[in-house]
Amino acid sequence: MQITDVICPFCGCLCDDIELIIEDRKILKARRGCAISRDLFLNHDNNLAEPMIDGNVVTVNEAVEEASAILSRSINPLIYGLSSTTNEAVHKAIELAELLGGNIDTTSSVCHAPTSLALQAEGEVTCSLGEIKNRADLLIFWGCNPAEAHPRHFVRYSTESKGQFIPNGRKNRSIVVVDIRRTRTAKTADIFLQISPNRDYACLQVLRAIIKNEIPDCQEVAGIPVGDLVDLAERMKGCKFGVLFFGLGLTMTVGKYLTVAAALALVRDLNKFTKFSVMPMRGHFNVTGADSVLTWESGFPYAVNFSRGYPRYGPGEFSSVDLLARREVDAALIVASDPRANFPSQAARVLTEIPMVAIDPHRSKTTEAAKVVIPTAAAGISAEGTAYRMDGIPIRLRKVVDSQYPSDEDVLGMILERITS
Amino acid sequence: MLKITNGEIYDPINGINGDILDLWVEDGRVVATGEYHEGRAPDEVIDAAGAVVMPGGVDIHAHIAGSKVNLGRKLRPEDHRKDVVPKTKVTRSGVGYSVPTTHVTGYRYAAMGYTTVMEAAVPPLGARHSHEELGDIPLMDKGCYTLMGNNHFVLKFIERGEQDKVRAFVSWLLGATKGYAVKIVNPGGTDSWKWGKNVSGIDDQTIDFKVTPRQILTALVRAHEKLGLPHSIHLHCNNLGVPGNYRTTLQTMEALGESKVHITHGQFNSYGGKSWADFHSEAPAVAEYVNKHSNITLDAGQVVFGDVTTMTADGPWQARLHRLSGNKWVNSDVEMETGAGIVPYRFCRGNLVNAIQWTIGLELMLLIEDPWRVFLTTDHPNAGPFMHYPQIIKILMSKDCRDRMLAGCPKGVRGRTVLESLKREYSLSEIAIITRAGTAKALGLKNKGHLGPGADADIAVYPKDSDKERMFSSPSYVLKGGEVIVKDGKVVKSVQGRTIYVELPPEKWIEDEIKEDFERFYSVSWANYPVQDAYLKKSEVVKCG
Repeated sequence: MQITDVICPFCGCLCDDIELIIEDRKILKARRGCAISRDLFLNHDNNLAEPMIDGNVVTVNEAVEEASAILSRSINPLIYGLSSTTNEAVHKAIELAELLGGNIDTTSSVCHAPTSLALQAEGEVTCSLGEIKNRADLLIFWGCNPAEAHPRHFVRYSTESKGQFIPNGRKNRSIVVVDIRRTRTAKTADIFLQISPNRDYACLQVLRAIIKNEIPDCQEVAGIPVGDLVDLAERMKGCKFGVLFFGLGLTMTVGKYLTVAAALALVRDLNKFTKFSVMPMRGHFNVTGADSVLTWESGFPYAVNFSRGYPRYGPGEFSSVDLLARREVDAALIVASDPRANFPSQAARVLTEIPMVAIDPHRSKTTEAAKVVIPTAAAGISAEGTAYRMDGIPIRLRKVVDSQYPSDEDVLGMILERITS
Repeated sequence: MLKITNGEIYDPINGINGDILDLWVEDGRVVATGEYHEGRAPDEVIDAAGAVVMPGGVDIHAHIAGSKVNLGRKLRPEDHRKDVVPKTKVTRSGVGYSVPTTHVTGYRYAAMGYTTVMEAAVPPLGARHSHEELGDIPLMDKGCYTLMGNNHFVLKFIERGEQDKVRAFVSWLLGATKGYAVKIVNPGGTDSWKWGKNVSGIDDQTIDFKVTPRQILTALVRAHEKLGLPHSIHLHCNNLGVPGNYRTTLQTMEALGESKVHITHGQFNSYGGKSWADFHSEAPAVAEYVNKHSNITLDAGQVVFGDVTTMTADGPWQARLHRLSGNKWVNSDVEMETGAGIVPYRFCRGNLVNAIQWTIGLELMLLIEDPWRVFLTTDHPNAGPFMHYPQIIKILMSKDCRDRMLAGCPKGVRGRTVLESLKREYSLSEIAIITRAGTAKALGLKNKGHLGPGADADIAVYPKDSDKERMFSSPSYVLKGGEVIVKDGKVVKSVQGRTIYVELPPEKWIEDEIKEDFERFYSVSWANYPVQDAYLKKSEVVKCG
């Protein structure tokens, strides 16, 4: 059986043109996606998690029972992750966090949280990805590497894409890459500016000055010759429609949200001269959805605490790494993410020292360290629901094969029911 | 069977104006007003002695659900922190003030006796998001207006003079987005904004298509007239927010002749003057035109002093407001369809321009004579948070109150407005019209806004109070579909409302006309574009055509 227009549940590109050949509950072929996408679909039933308590296989119901007990006993639980599941599951996770008076945080906490903070300070001038495909003649990739992290981004939305006013794709565009190293993305650029590590803030602010004809009185800034920066400023002001893409190279460098704020401010300033947009390169396929649902239900995109009975926003106070490092949480529910593998080592270690419940379709470092593992149907493969692309566009994920396990949404619903009764 | 007894009924659609009558409710509907001879005793009786009974409020225009609303929420943690809402046994927690969270939105509308609210501007590519958020708003029945005035296909078909395709496309798009009405915002302008430009007036061409706002409006109105939709075209005029824009508003209304149109947040489009220096109210000119043309309805967009979060699909206007105010700015253009902009703002009573803006909305509501054609809104959250509607009701009902507020405004207001000379005071019946009966009628919602047999049992009981703001802020009872959801201004039960959308006869042929451009220029697949039924779990379909 062939299914078309399938949405790939991996990265923030949320490509929705995947073709699958399925037989007997197994995906045999996955076409049109990138290598990561193919691997994801073809290995959908490998390395599956099993319901476990303390390393022993149990039934799903038993695991849910134990998870509910752990969470209701806890005084200050943390619910974390949520970027690789559906909005519908996130919705339930928030309800659970509120019921428990606990903390809820998404993976943006260690990724684009600084972008949220910067947006809250400066605003954001942006557009949907199709606008970029159709109009953008100058693309700047700064501190991000889509060639490896968002493989089909170039061909679907940016560098290579052909659009209404950019009929010749790459030929109608100039590509600039700013990075501390010559990445695979840098190799696709017309201009590559190798910036010194931790100097992005200075470079961005200087660019803001240069576009106002205030040229700095020195040879280089951030390891880049001033002449190159002046040239870049000219290109930015002179283009018809420019876009600045950025990733962890900006969010996780010195300055963090201040550096991102400088980038947002630069793009805003450029709109005095021409049309310019910014596009944060969100990583996971539904981190944008998780942020969005948390925002519309609590008012805030991450690091939310409910211990007073209402949502409080606390970057640094209620963000997961900080809560764990200070040992302020006594239980954790990890949904659709792998913090044991990704978090700074101190926080990751504390995760193993408190009762942890992991809800995930696959085994991971987190499920291995969890007291309770509840396997679920993978979103976008065995569970349908809503996901938001990196630019906020909402797409409905399909269910293409059955799973023996319930979805994240269902499991969280079961836990809610168990705790309420 | 439920009976509400001893209340003063205000049901303008059915001509009841303060009579003390019983109201009978069963199975979610009003069964009768007055005598009811089915012989059965009611299971529940609500004593509304000393209170006024009205249909639940129907808000014809508010920005409550969708991508730009949520960006506005994300943008404003400082707005949220000052208005936290703890959970109760019955209600979820959240935050409020200018961009409340979904749950709080539903609770606060209900706490004012409102039971239906229309989301004013939905971009088709983001319609799923609007429906998700609407689904999360408790207690209210709701609907969406689908943005069309800057749509690639609409503009293309108009440029080619293919009116039949315009009509079929409008129908198709309403179906694909599960919309209730056709929304137009700065026609042509938001499309030119894709290159950083705007249109300067209704005869100025857009950049990518050689069409003018006049052509866009005329074509969409003509298409709309053929479709038999319950609500007229809902229009945010060109040049919003600009001194002197009242001329654009008049020209726009003139261009539409006898066709039915709803002009939204008229306050923002009734400005006189050549600049901020000689800025003054031209509400009398706009009101005079509306008075003489019964095909026009208008909602006020009344200013409430204090913090707001402006958010519209009028990208160029929002950019301008950012430059004027220096406040942070979000812009979000949507491929092929529309755009959006968000800028926090504060209306200060001591600021001459803001004070004049405040008088303009009131002048519109006091000068437009027919209460069935002028409605109370604040274009939430643009001119003020919806939860301040009771404050505006009080102002409309009391000249004294207006005079006291004017006394606190800069003296310069006098020479630039006429508010002080307006003695009219709204009656309770007229308030019922501009907040529920009239809006329901303009929306074509046959079972809303009245208390006749068959009406949805969405009912508000307001204890009579000389302080009208207090009266309308704290209903003693609110019923939704016959269930008591609010008691003494507090939500006591959370129920799920319905999303109302129109259904038109299918015209599949238009898909062949749009598929090629769609596949080339959109960034999503054709198959994944329309809003799926999964997002309309509780819905009500209005069949048209």
